[in-house]
Amino acid sequence: MSESGRAWDEGGPDRLYTVNRGRAPEEPRPVELVSLIVARAEPEPGMAPEAAAVLRMCRFPLSVAEISAYLALPVSTVGLLLAELLGDGRVEARAPVPAAVLPDPELLQAVMHGLQNL
Amino acid sequence: MDYRTSEEIVGPRGEDTLPASASAAVKVVIVGGFGVGKTTMVGSVSEIRPLTTEETMTQAGVGVDDIAGIERKTETTVAMDFGRISLNEQLVLYLFGTPGQERFWFLWNGLFEGALGAVVLIDTRRLEVSFDAVGRLEERGVPFVVAVNAFPEAPVHPMAELRAAMDLPDSVPLIDCDARDRASSRDTLLALVRHLQSLHPVTPETP
Repeated sequence: MSESGRAWDEGGPDRLYTVNRGRAPEEPRPVELVSLIVARAEPEPGMAPEAAAVLRMCRFPLSVAEISAYLALPVSTVGLLLAELLGDGRVEARAPVPAAVLPDPELLQAVMHGLQNL
Repeated sequence: MDYRTSEEIVGPRGEDTLPASASAAVKVVIVGGFGVGKTTMVGSVSEIRPLTTEETMTQAGVGVDDIAGIERKTETTVAMDFGRISLNEQLVLYLFGTPGQERFWFLWNGLFEGALGAVVLIDTRRLEVSFDAVGRLEERGVPFVVAVNAFPEAPVHPMAELRAAMDLPDSVPLIDCDARDRASSRDTLLALVRHLQSLHPVTPETP
């Protein structure tokens, strides 16, 4: 499998514009690549299909990266979509463990134990 | 127009969902030149079939006519493979394999921020393709280990020679691995975690 030059079906610029309602992607992102998103509401008729799909797939926690993969949308576009859902209280975001300069020893212990159990 | 209904967008398979108790995630980035086995390593330890995410990046044009003093920008979509390991009921580890085009690794907003650390994968036949990764991680202060991916046809070099060839300080662990093998890839990640632990000035007390 080639790592580069992979063809992506972005659905054209119209779709990205619609998903983000025309906002520029320069706004700060409230979620990170591995923030875990959990739905707090059910999809409603008339919602953007992408928003409804997020609510459906996030009944259990799912990272922003996974949502991006399943929606086949860029991470920044998904970030904007999630910002709106977060603003409406339709989803909850569980922030990643801050690694700061050096990760916490207890966190490293937990990672170590988890890997040893693989 | 290319509209999709939400039903057409397929989410995770039942077995790929995380428990409701999953409360936080950490990430590790796997870097290295094109074809050194990054995607293979992600796939061998991941509990889910590796997924691909993408990001659109804006890059200032290089070697462009600068007649009007306007910087020409080009938009590029970069894809990246990633996998997942549930460490316990609360904590999830995501593994990202950087895209092959190395100039994009560090443009990916938020990829290295907050990462626990990185694994630099190398192929001894083409050490030079991974030089850039080492330099850029050092610049950024991202802790890393270097793993020599055992390609069957690659010549075996003494570690000291490889370390010298890569100009790698003694403080950076250099290990052998087989990216195709789950246990070996796991051990590589464990080596990274041990390295991170060694960076702590105070050794944590063991209960």
